[in-house]
Amino acid sequence: MFEGLFDLWPGLQASADLLALQPPGWGGNLLRGAVNSLIIALGAFALGLLIGIGGALGKMNGGPVTRDLLAVYTTVVRAVPELILILLLYYAGTDILNQILRMLGQRPVEISGLAAGIAVLGIVQGAYATEVLRGAIQSVPRGQIEAARAYGMSPVQVFRRITLPAMLPNALPGMSNLWLIATKDTALLAIVGFAELTLETRQAAGSTRAYFTFFLAAGAIYLVMTLVSGRFFGWLEARYRRGQAGARA
Amino acid sequence: MKPHRIVLVLIALALVLWAAFSLRWDWIPRYAPLALEGIWRTIWLLVLSVVIGFALAVPLGLAQAAGPRWLAAPARWFCTLIRGTPLLLQIWLIYYGLGSLFPQFPWIRESELWPILRQAWPYALVALSLSFAGYEGEVMRGAFKSVPAGQLAAARAFGFSPFATFRRVWLPQALARALPTLGGETILQMKATPLVATITVIDIYAVASRVRQDTFIIYEPLLLLAVLYMALAGLIALAFRGLERRYGRGLG
Repeated sequence: MFEGLFDLWPGLQASADLLALQPPGWGGNLLRGAVNSLIIALGAFALGLLIGIGGALGKMNGGPVTRDLLAVYTTVVRAVPELILILLLYYAGTDILNQILRMLGQRPVEISGLAAGIAVLGIVQGAYATEVLRGAIQSVPRGQIEAARAYGMSPVQVFRRITLPAMLPNALPGMSNLWLIATKDTALLAIVGFAELTLETRQAAGSTRAYFTFFLAAGAIYLVMTLVSGRFFGWLEARYRRGQAGARA
Repeated sequence: MKPHRIVLVLIALALVLWAAFSLRWDWIPRYAPLALEGIWRTIWLLVLSVVIGFALAVPLGLAQAAGPRWLAAPARWFCTLIRGTPLLLQIWLIYYGLGSLFPQFPWIRESELWPILRQAWPYALVALSLSFAGYEGEVMRGAFKSVPAGQLAAARAFGFSPFATFRRVWLPQALARALPTLGGETILQMKATPLVATITVIDIYAVASRVRQDTFIIYEPLLLLAVLYMALAGLIALAFRGLERRYGRGLG
């Protein structure tokens, strides 16, 4: 169906052949890399969310020591380049794990790139998520929480019925940003040699010398990911903002 | 100072002392000249890319906030493209893509610019600047829109030309409102600079990697690097706080 286009622009034929899903085309490799990127981004985002909830609650309700330690965590992670954190946590994490294993009499293991990637990016995401969630929780009017308590709700009930639904629309724009950062930060794992989309692309481009074709194709894949998830988060925010005073889309 | 904080500071001091005495730092004198060059390269890449990127971001933001549709749509697309793809991919596209394209044209190879274009840093600078422009274009769009319309109407009533309105009313107010965001974004840009090491620019991160490869010392260079970047982030935050104090006056 593209024949007419190919006649007009011969280079397009060559690019389409290079991007074919079956070898000798490299499309399959790119898609596999994209799936790896998505898995890491999802895992890191989920881990970051967990750390963020814990961190936000700790920063608001924790003792003075917890608060100071959390402040150190968020400050350090937000001031040091992700690349360096990834290398530090990757080497240190492997070392510590193997030392624990040695103490337990086990043999050292090689950490899989996937697990290490999720753990490291999750810790980075957690620092940003802590700040986003803290801001969102603090924006819930105190009166609503006091009213819930006056009705005799337990702290868990207050969180589930009042705090969570009231803070969600305020947290969603920040979380959406964090998700976009997570998808793009997976590219950094290319530098520690994990076969995600950017590294697969570079290998394909390096061995075929068709740099523009592959980098533009990978850019398109990333762009589809971010645009689709942007839409999704927009829909989610509109949904949870319903019924709030001064609701604006 | 509260008692628990004194304890925490003491623990931190103990950690620093332990690091200073039991870790290996003997490589520092050998690599110090290279490291200074690396720091210098990191700083000027950061400063230049922020200045160029911001100069591009002002028209990008203005086009989106007030421009006609044929200007606003491309500006919006540029920002979406930049913000939707990883910077590492952009750097590699520009370096490997353009870098492999240029030598195919004899007139480029024979031009005066070729000795510069054969090096890696121009590609790094272009990629970093375009990235900063993309993110800040979005920030400036919001900033331009947040200036009350009455201010612009008042300027026009005083007989300001459109350009004078822009220079003396619109831009200064938008800038003052955008400054806190710009400070954070500049720190993010600083955190992005080590990516240029992947295209053979010898910044401070590349120097640390080289120490790691030459001496097999893993943690020490990385830790020192983290401290360096934190200090740099602190300096940027201080500079922007000063700017905010100076230019944020009189904003409600």
